[in-house]
Amino acid sequence: MINLIVNDQPHSVDVDPGMPLLWVLRDVLQLTGTKYGCGMALCGACTVHLNEDAVRSCVTPVHRAENQRVVTIEGLYHDVKNPLQEAWIQVDVPQCGYCQSGQIMAAAVLLRENLSPTDQDIDDGMSGNICRCGTYPRIRRAIHLAAQLQKEGGVK
Amino acid sequence: MSVTSYSRREFLKTGGMMGGGLLLSFFVPAGAQRLMKDTDPAAVFVPNAYLNVGADNTVTILLAHAEMGQGIWTTLPMLIAEELDFDWNKVQVEHAPPGEPYLHTVFKLQITGGSTTTWSEFDRYRNAGATARVMLVEAGARKFGVPVSECKTENGFVIAGDQRVSYGDLTDAASKLPVPASVKLKDPTEWRYIGKAKKRLDTKAKITGQATFGMDVHFPGMLIAVVVHSPVFGGTIKSYDASGARAVRGVRDVVQVPTGVAVIADNFWAARKGRDLVKVEWDMGPGEAVDSSTQFDDYRKLAGTRGLVASEHGNVENGLSKAARQISAEYTFPYLAHAAMEPLNCTVKISGNSCEIWTGTQMPGVDQQVAAKILGFQPGQVKMNTMFLGGAFGRRGSIGSDFVAEAVHIARASGKFIKMIWTREDDMRAGYYRAAFLHKANIGVDADGWPVAWQHTVVGQSIVHQTSLFGPPNKNAVDDTSVEGVKGSPYLETIPDHLVDLHSPELPVPVLWWRSVGNTHTAYVMETLVDELAISAGKDPVEYRRGLIKSKRHLAALDLAAEKSGWGSKLPAGRSRGVAVHESFGSYVAQVAEISIEDGRLRVHKVTCAIDCGLAVNPDGVRSQMEGGIIFALTAFLYSELTFEKGRVKQRNFHDYKMVRMNESPAVEVYIVDSKEKMGGAGEPCVPPLAPAVANAIFAATGKRVRRLPLKSSGIVKV
Repeated sequence: MINLIVNDQPHSVDVDPGMPLLWVLRDVLQLTGTKYGCGMALCGACTVHLNEDAVRSCVTPVHRAENQRVVTIEGLYHDVKNPLQEAWIQVDVPQCGYCQSGQIMAAAVLLRENLSPTDQDIDDGMSGNICRCGTYPRIRRAIHLAAQLQKEGGVK
Repeated sequence: MSVTSYSRREFLKTGGMMGGGLLLSFFVPAGAQRLMKDTDPAAVFVPNAYLNVGADNTVTILLAHAEMGQGIWTTLPMLIAEELDFDWNKVQVEHAPPGEPYLHTVFKLQITGGSTTTWSEFDRYRNAGATARVMLVEAGARKFGVPVSECKTENGFVIAGDQRVSYGDLTDAASKLPVPASVKLKDPTEWRYIGKAKKRLDTKAKITGQATFGMDVHFPGMLIAVVVHSPVFGGTIKSYDASGARAVRGVRDVVQVPTGVAVIADNFWAARKGRDLVKVEWDMGPGEAVDSSTQFDDYRKLAGTRGLVASEHGNVENGLSKAARQISAEYTFPYLAHAAMEPLNCTVKISGNSCEIWTGTQMPGVDQQVAAKILGFQPGQVKMNTMFLGGAFGRRGSIGSDFVAEAVHIARASGKFIKMIWTREDDMRAGYYRAAFLHKANIGVDADGWPVAWQHTVVGQSIVHQTSLFGPPNKNAVDDTSVEGVKGSPYLETIPDHLVDLHSPELPVPVLWWRSVGNTHTAYVMETLVDELAISAGKDPVEYRRGLIKSKRHLAALDLAAEKSGWGSKLPAGRSRGVAVHESFGSYVAQVAEISIEDGRLRVHKVTCAIDCGLAVNPDGVRSQMEGGIIFALTAFLYSELTFEKGRVKQRNFHDYKMVRMNESPAVEVYIVDSKEKMGGAGEPCVPPLAPAVANAIFAATGKRVRRLPLKSSGIVKV
């Protein structure tokens, strides 16, 4: 049995310790907001937070998360008026939407560490996440907007 | 609508009819059915198959098309809202099941494709909304005891004087009224939704992990299946040994299906581990003969012979012989994978004499037919649930329903409720690609540099010839999807002597429509050749096009893109521009790319895009498609190439089939021509002009023409 804390909830899972965290989240805990895209840490669709760091859950064996805190897209928003979410809505970012969980998980770490990211900071922080629909220009705009909303003390 | 896109539509229309029983289907409005389970039927007003109104004033809209990113989850409800005047905050949206009312208004097949959704549903969905409104107003008028003429509607209420009643309170009364045979639609001057930017209705679900894609389907007792496919196309199993797979913890079953061996397990990880341990001895068949090192040599030989004539005027030999000069060129285009972010998957449950399927599909009716045939069922025994599509680009409109068929076979062979998941590698290597193409062109120009003769040969596999889905394939007929964009080109119509011919060689590699289909290669050839003619004539590329093109809509897009990009103005040192304009799917798109080459490496800084799509129902949706399509097209131009060695696809994942990422993504500016012309599409027309615009900018910077795609394999510029 492996114990882990996902979105503040404790879980015990009886799985192969080498099983990637992605498939524990998706197939065992039914947290399907975290997506499978490549299985090789190439696309970022599976990005989750492990102890506040953005990690690729498709290549993270679940034993690495043992007794650690995992946050998925389902647990990111405690407040629906989160600036990041609000910005994504204002800018109308998603198209197919499949990569957006991973994009937002990556953007959340970027914005936590950098209150006013430049375009270069966004390139550096977000280039690990592929969007096949090509929503990059809107993701960029949404991150700038979220940074601004954050500075203004959140969404009114 | 262009001749070429019209032909494609006609093909599908007539092809669909040739299929006979293909179109037979049953109709259950899913939304109504769902609501009626728990509620008094009188509490739901179902005026037609496209919408229903609940007692809580919620309007549920059923989409005849699938949401794959293009935004119709929002655009089709806007059409109904415009006429029904409901409360936009209370709209629910669902994908419709297969059914007669949801057949494409032109193709007569339930399909999302060809960038047709908005224009093809423009009347049907507005009529659906208007019909419901007439009935609700009638019910309200009776309730108030006033004439209909004294009633108006506002955000889900019927109002007469100081009396108001919600649509939800009129469901019972409205349900008892006859459905009007015809209704009057609003005058465009009264529109409150159409033509105004509306935010997407699916954003919140898609940014909180709540949107359910096919990949996310889960039910208790459901198992996961992963499949070993043949390493080459058409390979068959001689024998296999699954003892290793069966020993993996969590593996429940291993079954053989026509396309491979499926390992079924409690979860994906166990199924994949098991799959990797299955030993299969394959009979490879002729698939091993496919090899990228020789394919274009074969195509080149074909191009030296006369193919099927796609378009001919005058006498091209004569024209060429009389020309002052000739320009000749050969282009090659590789196979391309769609590589949607969501790998293909399909969930199937067979119980007794019924089957239920959950998947992201562009053709649920065809999938239903295919599943029923495999199971020996009537189509009505197969229930289809269309989930959100995590990208599609044509791949989820599979002519043979390949991924659905495979999942049905697995469920049938195992007797288990399964979700079949393809790994990224499976998705990349399982075929249905944009076909590889070779183009050869000889152009004769007069003393002033204007083209007077144009001979153009296209070689590449046919999408249409390889399937009997639409009836017996006619291999003597030109597949317009291979030549659209050359055939019907605005340049050719001004050239007295021209000939376009086509060879459609047969190979074991399955091919399919890929976002903008034939235009992916034809626009590139036409727009880079015209650029070349302009330069060789010593003329400005925009001016030269203006001198050739008669079509006002091409010119409107070209002029707007030229103006907004500052065409002709001085650029910062090291920057170059290139332009292209192309019509596809009824829309006219011009793009200007601004690039630089630093240390031999290309950087695309900015793309200015202008589109004339007629009325833009949701202008921000159109902008979004242009932005995304430009980046999608840039990936193909820079990187995308599937190659074969002894029939085996060499690429497998995003490290060797690269995607443009945030740091390579250009700034994109989109301008919509204020147009009253016929409506066209948005999802695909943004793609074709990008690659030639960038290639023309590369020529401006280097003096070199990129004739072998992708750019990374051209040897001209590093990427």
